[in-house]
Amino acid sequence: MNLYEFQGKELFKKYGIPVPDGYVVSKPEEIRNDIFPAALKAQVLVGGRGKAGGIKFANNSEEAMNLAKDLFSQTIKGSRVKYILVERKINIDRELYVSITIDRSRKRPLVMASTEGGVEIESVDESKIIMKHIDPVHGYSPYISKIVNKKMNLKDNLAKQFSDLLSKMYRLFEEYDAELVEINPLVITKEGNLIAADAKVIVDSDSLFRHPDIPVNLDDLTELERIAKESDYSFVELDGDIGVIANGAGLTMATLDSLLLHGLKPRNFLDLGGTDNVDIVKNAFPLVLRANPKVIFVNIFGGVTKCDTVANGIVLAKKEFNVSIPIVVRLSGVHEEEGRQILKDNGIEAFSNMPDGVKKVSEIYKSMIGR
Amino acid sequence: MVYIKKDTKIIVQGITGHQASFHSNEMVKFGAKVVGGVSPGKAGTNVNGIPVFDNVEETLHLEPEATMISVPAPYVKDAFYEALDHGIKIIYVLTEHVPVHDSMEMINDAKLKNAIVIGPNGPGITVIHEKTKIGIMPNHIFNRGNVAVISRSGTLTYEIVKSITEAGLGESTVIGLGGDAIVGLSYVEVLSELKKERQTKAVVMVGEIGGTAEEEAAEYIKAEFNKPVVAYIAGRSAPPGKRMGHAGAIITRGKGTAESKIKALNAAGVEVADYPQDIPELLKKKLKK
Repeated sequence: MNLYEFQGKELFKKYGIPVPDGYVVSKPEEIRNDIFPAALKAQVLVGGRGKAGGIKFANNSEEAMNLAKDLFSQTIKGSRVKYILVERKINIDRELYVSITIDRSRKRPLVMASTEGGVEIESVDESKIIMKHIDPVHGYSPYISKIVNKKMNLKDNLAKQFSDLLSKMYRLFEEYDAELVEINPLVITKEGNLIAADAKVIVDSDSLFRHPDIPVNLDDLTELERIAKESDYSFVELDGDIGVIANGAGLTMATLDSLLLHGLKPRNFLDLGGTDNVDIVKNAFPLVLRANPKVIFVNIFGGVTKCDTVANGIVLAKKEFNVSIPIVVRLSGVHEEEGRQILKDNGIEAFSNMPDGVKKVSEIYKSMIGR
Repeated sequence: MVYIKKDTKIIVQGITGHQASFHSNEMVKFGAKVVGGVSPGKAGTNVNGIPVFDNVEETLHLEPEATMISVPAPYVKDAFYEALDHGIKIIYVLTEHVPVHDSMEMINDAKLKNAIVIGPNGPGITVIHEKTKIGIMPNHIFNRGNVAVISRSGTLTYEIVKSITEAGLGESTVIGLGGDAIVGLSYVEVLSELKKERQTKAVVMVGEIGGTAEEEAAEYIKAEFNKPVVAYIAGRSAPPGKRMGHAGAIITRGKGTAESKIKALNAAGVEVADYPQDIPELLKKKLKK
């Protein structure tokens, strides 16, 4: 789960990581008279905010309120601005980069640092990025900072500040189950102090049960994805015309891919998971129908999820929700024959293998759009 | 032998749960030696004839060598260390949604103690020629043969295994690495086991978006793997930044795309199927050579 910059900075403060003076507002009238000149930073969860016009500067509260009105009425890369972080402007001498993330292949935390801060790290030449792994069993040790300091050519007071910062970042990373703690830019001020000008923190969604102080934030989901999440469906909204209901993440992805290889764009990803509950099958339909697909493709490989249960769920859904768009079903695995018979008896076409199902979807869709 | 053999003694932690009670019985039916189960407060009872104990310590007289952990995600780490600290060397975690920091710690610790971790969030391992399995793969899809399957998913794996079986081929070992971002085993580690295993003549890799495990496997195959490999990669249609069901199935910062994986595998001489159902034909072609 992505945290907003202001939430990340709250955590930074908690761990003693220096951040600029500031406060967050959700309407222009909340802007105060102190802390000027100030930066007004639109709080959005997408990257590249600065370039998209999400950061403004104001010398007084009147200017700030006008700029804030403007920002609140905008969308930044498709995201509506719900909060603005008002911060005292800092005197930038240099901009560095530092982050702690999880290296999936080495299965351990990775510190990345660079003297080339303030730009997206992906655009920095790899030779200019310092990388150092941390053993998760015993955690951070000061030697790590010493190595990074030397490579970044940070000395004396700055080196001391950086070591302190990195040890605190790691504590935050570990204690808050972070997938990423990133400071970009990490500013060296003209006064010679390190300060976190930005904060990007991603907390592992699976760890939220032990972080009651972190509010659940679903702002980077679409409305349908939020509804799906509330009813516990694994669902991703896409932009095509074919509604998809399948079981298992891998098989659901493979279903979308197979459609795409036939020139059909999926409208969604919906994984029923391992269930033998008719209602879970049935209630997936209104969700997919809300996305207004032209055809629904149900692709099931039965195991724990039995094919006859799925068939019954489909029949119930069709009646209860008056489904008028075509449904194509593929059922294979446990109780597949019973399942297909149930569907046939109710006038729904069912196939035993995936290619036949996809082909049928393709025929129906192409006849609908007149190709 | 890949990780388990026919007489490997297995316990199931969380055996009285809905999933574990069903699947422990399925394991027994397949031929696995499930010697006991653990469920705090339920000692003295049994699940389909499998004796239940309060903790792992009380199962030690049965000399368990492997465990299946099926407890809610917040309790996985404790169950895991209970197994590891009592000397169990094969630890399979079925549970989904284990916090990734827990997994990181468990897996790094297990490595120091020479224990093998399978999962979290995978279907486990089935060794067909040894008639044993730990996990939840359906018993009826297998046919004894010489194709090994390594995968990051569950249902898609069953689908592919069934198609291999129906094509008149058979399987040696089928292993699910798990759908999380951090899992115990990598393709490379499993391939290096399969390299020296006589039963396996060809390998199917079922991959998906996220991470670079498939790319690393491609490097390994190119450099030193000696058996034919065919692959399927799920997630060509996945948009960046969206988790496609599995915690690990996400394209982040341009890394982990299906294109990158397919390209790397092709460069290593691995044919990548467009559709899962094309796998048996590709295998037949390779096995004929």
